[in-house]
Amino acid sequence: MAAGTFAEKGADLELVGITKTFPGFTAIQSLDLFIPAGSFFALLGPSGCGKTTTLRLVAGLEEPTAGRIVIGGQDVTATKSFQRPVNTVFQSYALFPHMTVLENVAFGLRRRSIASPLEKAHEALRLVELDHLAARRPGQLSGGQQQRVALARAVVNRPALLLLDEPLGALDLKLRRQMQLELKDIQSEVGLTFLHVTHDQEEAMTMADTIAVMNKGEIEQMGAPEELYELPRTAFVANFLGQSNLFTGEVSGSTPDALTVAIAGQRLIIPTARAPRRKGTVTVGVRPEKLLLLTSAPAPSSGSNALGPGRVIDVSFSGVSTQYTVAIPGAGDVVVFAQNMVFGPVVHVGAEVWVSWNVEHGFGLEDSVEEAAAGVQDAAAAQSADADTRTGVTSSVRA
Amino acid sequence: MSGVASRLAAATPGGIARELEAPVPGRRRRGIRIRGLGLPIYTALALIFLLIPIAYTFVFSFNDSGKLNIAWQGFTLDKWTNVCSAQGVCEAFANSILVGVVATVLATALGTAIAIALVRYRFRARGAISLLLFLPMATPEVVLGAGLAAQFLSLGVNKGLMTIIIAHTMFCISFVVVTVKARVASLDPALEEAGRDLYGSAVAVFWRITFPLLLPGIAAAALLSFALSFDDFIITNFNSGAVDTFPKFIYIAAARGIPAEANVVASAVFILAIVLVVVAQVTRAARARRTARLQR
Amino acid sequence: MAFSAFASAPAAAEPAVRRRSWVALVLLLPGILYLLLFFITPLVSLVFTSFQQPVIGGDIGQYSAGFKWENYTESVTQYLPLILRAFGYAVLATVLALVISYPLAYFIGVKVRSFPLVQSLLLTLVIAPFFISFLLRTLAWKQIMSDEGPIVVALKALSVFPNDGHITGTPFAVVFGLTYNFIPFMTLPLYATLERLDVRYIEAGNDLYASPFTTFRKITVPLSLPGIVSGTLLTFIPAAGDYINASGDFLGSAQTSMVGNAIESNFLVTQNYPVAAALSIVLMAVILVIVGLYVRRAGTEDLV
Repeated sequence: MAAGTFAEKGADLELVGITKTFPGFTAIQSLDLFIPAGSFFALLGPSGCGKTTTLRLVAGLEEPTAGRIVIGGQDVTATKSFQRPVNTVFQSYALFPHMTVLENVAFGLRRRSIASPLEKAHEALRLVELDHLAARRPGQLSGGQQQRVALARAVVNRPALLLLDEPLGALDLKLRRQMQLELKDIQSEVGLTFLHVTHDQEEAMTMADTIAVMNKGEIEQMGAPEELYELPRTAFVANFLGQSNLFTGEVSGSTPDALTVAIAGQRLIIPTARAPRRKGTVTVGVRPEKLLLLTSAPAPSSGSNALGPGRVIDVSFSGVSTQYTVAIPGAGDVVVFAQNMVFGPVVHVGAEVWVSWNVEHGFGLEDSVEEAAAGVQDAAAAQSADADTRTGVTSSVRA
Repeated sequence: MSGVASRLAAATPGGIARELEAPVPGRRRRGIRIRGLGLPIYTALALIFLLIPIAYTFVFSFNDSGKLNIAWQGFTLDKWTNVCSAQGVCEAFANSILVGVVATVLATALGTAIAIALVRYRFRARGAISLLLFLPMATPEVVLGAGLAAQFLSLGVNKGLMTIIIAHTMFCISFVVVTVKARVASLDPALEEAGRDLYGSAVAVFWRITFPLLLPGIAAAALLSFALSFDDFIITNFNSGAVDTFPKFIYIAAARGIPAEANVVASAVFILAIVLVVVAQVTRAARARRTARLQR
Repeated sequence: MAFSAFASAPAAAEPAVRRRSWVALVLLLPGILYLLLFFITPLVSLVFTSFQQPVIGGDIGQYSAGFKWENYTESVTQYLPLILRAFGYAVLATVLALVISYPLAYFIGVKVRSFPLVQSLLLTLVIAPFFISFLLRTLAWKQIMSDEGPIVVALKALSVFPNDGHITGTPFAVVFGLTYNFIPFMTLPLYATLERLDVRYIEAGNDLYASPFTTFRKITVPLSLPGIVSGTLLTFIPAAGDYINASGDFLGSAQTSMVGNAIESNFLVTQNYPVAAALSIVLMAVILVIVGLYVRRAGTEDLV
């Protein structure tokens, strides 16, 4: 980007065959990604999945081992970090402790010799409602205020592409929710392309237009948040983004509209449009909140699937809903989230129950059985690693 | 051993100030009053013990003595007002300042560069370089001094100010490396990355971000170097030839009696240093309190 | 080894490999060359000097290259008492300094933690001696302890001291001076570790039925071991090579001479360079061996 000019609007970002290897391991394996201009794009994945490395490659803080990075139609692969039309909001904010808030925000403008940097910095601080603290040092601000300064410092440069590296990770839950909404507002206000890296699935779903779920250096699935949630393609996505009940069985029949899968002696129906694998052993799933808990065997119906009988082995109350775990012979443990419409649980531990769900809510996975098992494990590992550091997030997953 | 030196460095005023940030509440003791008082009283006595010779030196800077400043002869301010009247005191003091400044500048520049390289880069000779930096700190000064003197002797170098500066720079480098290294290691690499991300070239990032952030560590290292150089006698004695530094002046004069003017010089330096340190500490404490208040 | 921590750097979250190693070279080269030239080469020339032989018919202080192993055997035989005295005094002074410094460091590092300003001011008093020439401090003690000084006069008046007794010039005075001069070197590293000591460990010790003494012995001391090792090394090494305190012009006498005094007088007074060099090499070798064994024994290789 030439000195002294601003990007008029966000640019699109294209990664072509990006591979990044470090001595001893491969962080990213031939990654292709296209992010359209003006979108709010989230890269979601557990720590170590390569999402931060991807971000650093785009920022120019690392060099790719292979592949090309194209921003707004221009190949920037060989361009140094300080010459790219890209700015980053760092995880630790990386505010310069020896400069005032105002000087921090004006830093990039001054380096590019843009006219009246201080006025523009004040303007950016007004955008994040912190202009009254312009004369302070970063050390004298609270975490949320520092986060906003970091945002202003990046946004003020009007980069074609704004990178956000877990920008809300250091904030407490309540502040994080508030900042999520503010960040979203600012993005639509300034109209830049945002690339947001996070391991918080709820944050990604709240803020992004498009989410790419990454695992082990590859993108598992990409799409709008609702699409990813309602129709996960892999076991990893099904369990990293929320929770899922997964069942594996043989396809026993198919019509143009639907597949029949034999599981635990029952026939489950999956709409063909929602099932990428249509032959042999397949894994199908359903979200826990889509399940109904029944105390008597449901009448067979073409519109719904049912499993049972099973025994309730755990009941845990979490305010809005209650989580029941039902052991169904042949199908494993099935988790049901039930809204608390009445006081107290509807059934107790030991009760005999059936579960049923609307056929339209089921989904089939692209994964083979082995891939599905590995994906479930990866997601579980990611969730428990997460729980170690951030209990708040995982409990909110369940709530 | 580097741990030794870094701990020493951590305990210098800069390090002390860092500790101001997070005071941990002490343990509350139940009962036994006498035990609770024993430690403070002991501490007071130990500190008094440490300060006795300083007080003695200070008091005897006002002694109306002749050449020998041993017995108390009466109070006078003459030695303070005419400090250079004693032969050699001021010359020696000036030499010490000159040597201290030059050696500090050299050692700080060389040591800072090594410290940055050690933290920021990976290379094979690391172990050997660490050993090379550790050994001067583990070698008795008398060996350092004799070694350099033997080398100057075999090369036929005339000893003087230059050889003193060479010697002082040598033993200060390791201490600079240890002090600055701690600072480099605590510097978040993301700050420099942010500088690059915000359109700063390599040169701009170094001078506007890296250097200012390392400055407190570099300053602490420079102060430590100057203090080490200023007070060094053992190594200086081997490599000074006919030139006197302030400690060497005292050593030579010790045989026949130290003039009170030497006490004046030492007391003045002491007071200056203490005032600077205390002012720095009080300001820092006030700033820490202000920061804590603003964050709330 | 002891210097392992010196080489260790904080592990980076992302494996950052810097390719521009020429920058590292440019940064390292001047300082490393300087140390090679003015630290390593002098040690080597010290070794050469230690084997030199006198020039036949030459002046005093004229020596030529040779391999006179007798320089070692003769000087060690001749100066063995001084060598032993140096290490004996150094060990005594180190132990005394540790005993005196520990409670001091404990009080400043643990007891006054809630008062940061008090803490830093107390610490300033500990390092205050650094701000005044150590020769002058030592001379001040000489005056205070001299035969006309207040201590001897008072002791004699109380008849607890023989009339012809002295303090200066005795081993007591030399060890006293060494101890005094190195207390700050001992206190600072002790303070640095005790300051970081989590008092909850002590509380847990008390909670688990340990008496205050047992808690101190089993919890506080082991946790402050890194400081103890650093402090003792910082005291022991310079104390063993010191020649000021033991000098007759300061606190010592001919009967208290240490190996440092022998090195100094041989090098600077009698110009017997080979003997001074041989003694230096012996001193350094013994110190390195003792320090190596000590650090290994203390089991703090990774901590020092």
